[in-house]
Amino acid sequence: MTELPASTQKKLGLVIDLDTCVGCHACVISCKGWNTENYGAPLSDMDAYGADPSGTFLNRVHSYEITPAEGPAQLVHFPKSCLHCEDAPCVTVCPTGASYKRQEDGIVLVNESACIGCGLCAWACPYGARELDALEGVMKKCTLCVDRIYNENLPEEDRQPACVRTCPAGARHFGDLGDPDSDVSRLVAERGGMDLMPEQGTKPVNKYLPPRPKQDVSHDMDILAPFLEPVAEDPKGFLGWLDKALEKL
Amino acid sequence: MHPAPSVIIFTSFSGLGFGLLLFLGLGFPPVTGWVAFVFYAIAYALAVGGLLASAFHLGNPQRALKAFTQWKTSWLSREAWLSVMALLVMAVYAFCAVFLDTRLTVIGWIGAALSLLTVYSTSMIYGQLKTVPRWNQPLTPVHLLTLSIAGGALLAGQMTVAAALLALAAAVQVAHWQVGDGALKASGTNLATATGLGTPGSIRAFEPPHTGTNYLLKEFVHVVGRKHSRKLRMIALTLGYGLPVVLLIIPGAGHVLGLLAVISHVAGLVTSRWLFFAEAEHVVGLYYGKRSA
Repeated sequence: MTELPASTQKKLGLVIDLDTCVGCHACVISCKGWNTENYGAPLSDMDAYGADPSGTFLNRVHSYEITPAEGPAQLVHFPKSCLHCEDAPCVTVCPTGASYKRQEDGIVLVNESACIGCGLCAWACPYGARELDALEGVMKKCTLCVDRIYNENLPEEDRQPACVRTCPAGARHFGDLGDPDSDVSRLVAERGGMDLMPEQGTKPVNKYLPPRPKQDVSHDMDILAPFLEPVAEDPKGFLGWLDKALEKL
Repeated sequence: MHPAPSVIIFTSFSGLGFGLLLFLGLGFPPVTGWVAFVFYAIAYALAVGGLLASAFHLGNPQRALKAFTQWKTSWLSREAWLSVMALLVMAVYAFCAVFLDTRLTVIGWIGAALSLLTVYSTSMIYGQLKTVPRWNQPLTPVHLLTLSIAGGALLAGQMTVAAALLALAAAVQVAHWQVGDGALKASGTNLATATGLGTPGSIRAFEPPHTGTNYLLKEFVHVVGRKHSRKLRMIALTLGYGLPVVLLIIPGAGHVLGLLAVISHVAGLVTSRWLFFAEAEHVVGLYYGKRSA
């Protein structure tokens, strides 16, 4: 049903630390790997070995350059996937009821057997979180690895989204953002977690932790230089003789 | 937005078809018999043909019937209901007019109202989208409705009314372009709010997430050359509105000039609708550094 639930028991989501992300794209690959062989239709690639390859991904990492008015420039890697919005515009526009938000945990999912592939939900999403699979003709999106997080066949440490499990830098965190005492909620409170495009009114559940301003180290640049002075100003001994001999030549 | 031919054909021709059904339902012209048959054949060919064209952009058209289920929240679902109801009610009206030589006035009015509501629901599919600031303005339904009504009047042979309505639709078209040009900036969404990083001038997209293209870039990041957009706007205004008005107000304009006016209007309408999609800036383009605002 495409009516949004009035409230959800939990607000499961991700907290992404832009200060820690190193831009390795491991989350992109592990996401594609898990989701192409589990929930729903595989994530197809078109012309995968040809001149113009493209494919469906549920998570992508952008990179941005920030040049503040003062202080050094900064490069920020920016992973982006579905934010599982509380006021998800992608859900209400769906004509078939394929797109829905779960009352129990707030995860936004697509029932692929009801999806007609009209693409309107992707039009309604400001974040580019939904991609229409070119082969299957159905809408694909992040499921928050709904088939991992409740899966009792997996060891307990694996019961979290593939992107979170694989991140080598520990830049991705998973938990209940509706519970103010959860680890993720406390992280958001401590680090000033923020919403993307708050003016769109989507109330995203996923939060982003801003990068800390880069320390200005320009005045410390020659910290080792005194120890590496290459030329003696006033050579003595053998070097002094060599200097004079070369001058005379 | 990607100006897909199926969506341009759908919105242009179904708009014209339902505009014509509006006038036929109201009894302008009050036709019966074989003349009515020709009018209704044209109206249904346009309306149904347009709706069928829209099915071509679906990934799984075999499940299209499911689109009737979510009328409570979805404008697309409401459009499905309204279009079918309008076509069915007008079919009863048309059957009686063509074969029984009677016009059921009240049924006609209901059919006319449903036809108008169908065009409104089509316009709201676009008008509701906050993600496309150019469309997310009150003038979007006014624009699509005035165009549909003016085109309907033209097809219904209501020469004087059509000339006046075309002039009105042209004014709305220009206003829609004017407001639309500043809409992305006015929406307050920019790369800084999209990423939560920096200020609008201090942040720049450095590297995209993928080396090739993808669905998002193909569907949402269509960029039209500014120069061509100006030229195309002039073509749309001239062919879609200006020339038909001139042809209609020539005294004693007969079927030949009327046909020329229709052909010119359709060419202008399709140009205008191409621009409607091609010029629309989806905010997701910001993440790729493809929007200047």
